Amino acid sequence: MLAWTIYISFAGALLEALLPKEKNALARWLALAMALAGLTIGVAGFIAGMGQGQVEIVHAAWVPSMGIHYLLAADGISRVLVLLTGIAAVAGVLFSWNIELRTNQFFAFFFALIGGVYGVFLSFDLFLLFVFYEVAIVPKYFLIAIWGSTRREYAAMKLALYSFVGSAMVLIGLLVAYTASGSHSTALTDLAHAGLPVSTQMWVFPLVFTGFAILAGMWPFHTWAPTGHVAAPTAASMLLAGVVMKLGAYGCLRVAIALFPHGLDPWGFAYLGIGSWRDVFALLAVIGIIYGALVALAQSDFKFVIGYSSVSHMGFVLLGLMTLNQIGLDGAVLQMFSHGVIAGLLFAIVGRIVYDRTHTRQLAELETMHLARRMPFAAWAFVIAAVASMGLPGFSGFVAELQVLIGSWTTNPLWTAGAGIGIIVGVAYTWRALQMAFFSDIVPGAHVIGQEQAHPFAAVTWPEVTGVALLAGVSLVVGLYPKILLDSIEPAVKALLAGGVQ
Amino acid sequence: MSGLPMLTLLTVLPLIGAAIALFSGKHARGVALFIALIALALALVVWSGLPSDGSIGMVELHKWAPSLGIEYHLGVDGLGALMLVLAAIVTLMSVDAAHRVHHQPGLYYGLVLILESGLFGSFTALNFFHWFLFWEISLIPAFFLIKLWGGARRGPAATQFFIYTMAGSVALLIAFLALFLSTGSMDFRQLTQMAASGELETLVKSHLGPVMLWLAIAVLAGFAVKVPMVPFHTWLPAAYAEAPSPVTMLLTGAMSKMGVYGLLRIAIPIFGPQIAQIRTPLLVLAVTTVVMGAWAAAAQKDLKRVFAYSSVNHLGYCLLAIFALAVPASGAATVASQAAALNGVILQMFNHGITAAALFWFVAMMQMRTGGHRGIDDFGGLRKPAPVLAGLMGIALFSSLGLPGLNGFVGEFLIFRGAFPLAWVAATVSVLGLLVTAVVILTVIQKVFSGPVKEHCSGFPDLHSSERMALAPVIGLMLLLGLVPQLIVGSINPTVQNLLAHWRF
Repeated sequence: MLAWTIYISFAGALLEALLPKEKNALARWLALAMALAGLTIGVAGFIAGMGQGQVEIVHAAWVPSMGIHYLLAADGISRVLVLLTGIAAVAGVLFSWNIELRTNQFFAFFFALIGGVYGVFLSFDLFLLFVFYEVAIVPKYFLIAIWGSTRREYAAMKLALYSFVGSAMVLIGLLVAYTASGSHSTALTDLAHAGLPVSTQMWVFPLVFTGFAILAGMWPFHTWAPTGHVAAPTAASMLLAGVVMKLGAYGCLRVAIALFPHGLDPWGFAYLGIGSWRDVFALLAVIGIIYGALVALAQSDFKFVIGYSSVSHMGFVLLGLMTLNQIGLDGAVLQMFSHGVIAGLLFAIVGRIVYDRTHTRQLAELETMHLARRMPFAAWAFVIAAVASMGLPGFSGFVAELQVLIGSWTTNPLWTAGAGIGIIVGVAYTWRALQMAFFSDIVPGAHVIGQEQAHPFAAVTWPEVTGVALLAGVSLVVGLYPKILLDSIEPAVKALLAGGVQ
Repeated sequence: MSGLPMLTLLTVLPLIGAAIALFSGKHARGVALFIALIALALALVVWSGLPSDGSIGMVELHKWAPSLGIEYHLGVDGLGALMLVLAAIVTLMSVDAAHRVHHQPGLYYGLVLILESGLFGSFTALNFFHWFLFWEISLIPAFFLIKLWGGARRGPAATQFFIYTMAGSVALLIAFLALFLSTGSMDFRQLTQMAASGELETLVKSHLGPVMLWLAIAVLAGFAVKVPMVPFHTWLPAAYAEAPSPVTMLLTGAMSKMGVYGLLRIAIPIFGPQIAQIRTPLLVLAVTTVVMGAWAAAAQKDLKRVFAYSSVNHLGYCLLAIFALAVPASGAATVASQAAALNGVILQMFNHGITAAALFWFVAMMQMRTGGHRGIDDFGGLRKPAPVLAGLMGIALFSSLGLPGLNGFVGEFLIFRGAFPLAWVAATVSVLGLLVTAVVILTVIQKVFSGPVKEHCSGFPDLHSSERMALAPVIGLMLLLGLVPQLIVGSINPTVQNLLAHWRF
């Protein structure tokens, strides 16, 4: 059933592309219907899959001579991420309601991207996964280059180049694994059982992991993320931070870690306390957490604050992956979901609700605008998003980051300490942005108030309210009752760990 | 009543009230009053339905996220129930006091009710996650109440308050992570049992090495910020002074008790031996809090700051008693002293909550009548134009001073009765705090109520009947508890015995 998420999205992309140009309203409603259909299937598949392990959906030979399969399957991790994609797609459509320029084409690219993302999360054949992964890159470029803002060509090109370099690294790994395993199957399970020599895994693992981690925003390969997020139109920022970065993290887990587990073994020597690739990537993750947070603290552009915060929060995902234990990996997957929702919410408020009315993202200018009074909905929505993003209990981020911290502590307390510093800085930058943008202390003079009253901001629209309610509600529900997702994630992680990962 | 999840109801009720208040605009105060009254009634039902042996009753236990040791675990004993009643009373007083919120009243009363829910949740939780959720929830409304309705320098005050408390929270979180890693549990009762049997320390040592003392310090720091204890108190004067007076009532009356409650429910039971180990430096800090709070109050010119520092001083007695009783029990005399000290602490928490909230209420009334004046020298001879206000505020002030016959006396007496045999040096030095407090209070009475009437105070209207009606129960409670402390002590003494029986130092 879940396979239909892919087909519906690509069908949606095709339909949108074929629509006559002037029918903007039709394009919007069609997009919403398609996104909702995808989400409904995702939810149904999630519910149906509860309590089940890995379920095969479609298994057909594709290129039999090379052992390439059209193999779609889902385990608990896939189902959670498909659910996330569905939510992000619906929210993305809602926050694109005001797109007037070539509306149908915008949604065509949008759904091509969504279809690719669904495909990656459901592929259990490495070749197929790679195809979907590439499919997802192209629409990102056009979404930013055509509908973007600040230095959009530069950002779009940078994003595409980074993605392609990452893909090339992944491709090399794919080919090595394929040939070394005897060249008879590209199915993930077959490759995992191929028994690649440890020496091969030792060099393929870092290559593939880095290739995927580029897209997950791993420091120092993160620089595409802030510029890309800022330049992208709101819905694309939401998708970039919300699901595309998760593609990278998912690839790290599903491909790099699961296929080349011995790449994580100790080298046999240690230099400065670093004795394996695992230590290297954990260190990079921790640096990313702290660096992203510190840079976010210094930004003057509201959207850049959120952009760098994504780098910091994705660091938790990578750190969770490197713990290689049950609770840390649970946390990593939950953090993928949680950050997808919360980052979407933040970008929606900053890039859409606020920017479309104030036409500035400079915190110094927003400070003089008294937005808490003139835009109370945006202000209080951002309070919720900020609280969720800081990782306060009651929201999804807390449970996820808590698990990553617990997992990393049992592995290496120093990582936990570093991540803890990142959390504290995270509180600081979020609170700074919140206060500067919405609750500044600058007292307006009488004539300013008069001017402001003469030019009130446009009222909030129903898609904005619905979108905020959807994302904030999901984060709250998962935060208060994480069992919903953990019941799916835990068995899947357990199976993964049992399948060869230490 | 046993079938109803009373504690859940009590916690959810203000949240529902907040949602209604948010959208009821001008009628928000009515909604908030109504909800606060029902909450008080429910809290009294909980108080009257406690198990008579002092153990934890009304337990609600459900699975939540088992892999993380998270359970939905609620329950109260005499300590928790008394705090529920206090929180309900103070919220009611605060809502009553805030009847001139013109700016976004719906939001204001909504935030107050969310804060009340946070208080209820943290006084009933028996699992760290659950407790932490409400501990943090209460922080957000408090921040915005200061930030949006506060005085001229509210911005920095609110931020300082927020950052201090957050830093304390992080310390708490780290300590409990460590405990969870070692024991696989976040349940207060389980951890208390493990601590009492010595198992906890062994487990932590085998998992993480000799870090138990550091964990204890982290937890103490988290609570020390909230109480506050010197040197973590610097956020307090600014926050109390800049917050609107009804919000200050909530901060000092109820929120500061979250810190003391945390020490009693969490720090002492789980980290008893570690606290006993560093008892001397802790006692030094407690005595400093007592004495310095009193001296600082004496130096203030702003009535709100006077009462703010006086709050630091009063809660310092609680700290003094708590750290004094952290000694291994050696004979019946020690146990009797510990019991007296602990009874005193719990009583003092309640009394200070009522009295301090009442004092800030009076300041609010004085500000309203004089267009915002609240300097200690701004008034004079108020007993002539406003004898009733002077009389009632005088009672509250004498209660704060600890005059026998009023509620403040009994708590402080029990604290000193317990602390002298256990830590006589600290207790003796702390007496200095009592003396300076007396000077402070008498100075306030002298300068505000007697002497020549200041010009702008000549038309000072006395309390009108609705204010008298609102204040009467509060002042009545001060007199009642001063004369019949048994009303509370009778109910909390079993809890005190039960707590002491489970603690190990």
